[in-house]
Amino acid sequence: MVGGFGGAGGQPTRLMLALRDLGVNNLTIIGNVAGISKTTGYGWPEHLEPIDQGIFFESGQATKIICSFPVPGTTNPLSDIERAWQEGKADVEIVPQGTLIERIRSAGAGIPAFYTPTGVGTPVALGKEHRIFNGQEYIMETALSADYALIRAEKADTRGNLQYIGTSRAFNPAMATAAQITIAEVDQIVEPGGIDPERVGTLSTYVDRIVERIPGDPLP
Amino acid sequence: MNSHEKHLDNDPAPRLDRISIAKRAARDLIDGSTVNLGIGIPAMCADYLPAGVELRYHAENGILGFGELAKPNEGDPNLMDAGGKFPKRIKGMAFFDSVESFNLIRGGHIDVTVLGGLQVSKKGDLANWMIPKRGIGSIGGAMDLAASAKRVVIAMEHTTKSGIPKVVNECTFPLTAKNCVSQIITDIAVIDVDKKHGQLILREAAPGWSFEDIQARTDATLVVQSTLRVIT
Repeated sequence: MVGGFGGAGGQPTRLMLALRDLGVNNLTIIGNVAGISKTTGYGWPEHLEPIDQGIFFESGQATKIICSFPVPGTTNPLSDIERAWQEGKADVEIVPQGTLIERIRSAGAGIPAFYTPTGVGTPVALGKEHRIFNGQEYIMETALSADYALIRAEKADTRGNLQYIGTSRAFNPAMATAAQITIAEVDQIVEPGGIDPERVGTLSTYVDRIVERIPGDPLP
Repeated sequence: MNSHEKHLDNDPAPRLDRISIAKRAARDLIDGSTVNLGIGIPAMCADYLPAGVELRYHAENGILGFGELAKPNEGDPNLMDAGGKFPKRIKGMAFFDSVESFNLIRGGHIDVTVLGGLQVSKKGDLANWMIPKRGIGSIGGAMDLAASAKRVVIAMEHTTKSGIPKVVNECTFPLTAKNCVSQIITDIAVIDVDKKHGQLILREAAPGWSFEDIQARTDATLVVQSTLRVIT
């Protein structure tokens, strides 16, 4: 799992680059908006070269992505993910965004499956259990967990409590709960008490490793 | 559908431009409502609200109550909207995670969503996520919004560039949600969808366009229940 929403804010960009440089293969990536920043600039300041999940497909390390938004529009050039898909080198599983986040939340919350109205009557519903509650039709979706969650926060204390900033929360807090190993990339590690308990966004129990950015890192 | 092609040359009057479609859609937005605007024409509605109307804008990535965008190179990557743009920090805004963001959508707390469309059927079925030419597409938050917002308005061109109708009897593209659209606002017409009876009611026509002109460019049958008004 790779946290954030899509775009620079909330994306664990340094951890992603480190994972690419590690050279491990046969990865399945779970993310939301996927691989469109490099070709469109989505969510990146104008002066920076965008980095997105496409790096794992450009390098051939990933064979699948589970995401909600892998293609930006009709006129944009092919992203690394779409190219890998066209060449038959990668599977792309497109999940409605609300279903994707709820599947991840469910995995962290001990709920194996749930019913949602989203996707009824669409290709998303194919092969899924349908059930009617109070006269409305729903489909069953199952929990989605991962071996690793790479997430991004502003600050961690040495216990692993995390504090987020602005819209950088997105998929990070839920992903932190849904993986065997959760690794958080932060700007700063502080002593306990350095994060106001009222402002803890992810509990230390969920966080296995913390990586602190080098001060003055030019990446958002 | 091929018989409808190349009717653009025979148009009785100009079609509305994208700004005029956005203006017409913006006019019905009610002060104080919680609104999610899709990318493209829908997002342009924010620039053309009637005087005195203030909306609570929601974006899927976890922000409520944003307004205008920051100037180029002044944007904060940690203050983004769902289109990947950077709004200004203003008083009264709120940040939250994606679980909360989709509780808001799926839970029926969004009053209105204005979205783009590839096809809308007479029953209010919407197709707007698959790019047919590429065999792949992006769902994002569209299926959740279309299925659960209290009111779904589609703002789009009435036909494709080659004149193929986008308001149809049955959608041929993969659906986003069934029976969800309340109103269609196009470059030649405003159409209400009677979702219960699967009927399209033509309410307004662009200046110089008659019922017959619009029907000729629409795959589904339109009905008129009262006098046809002119889109202003």
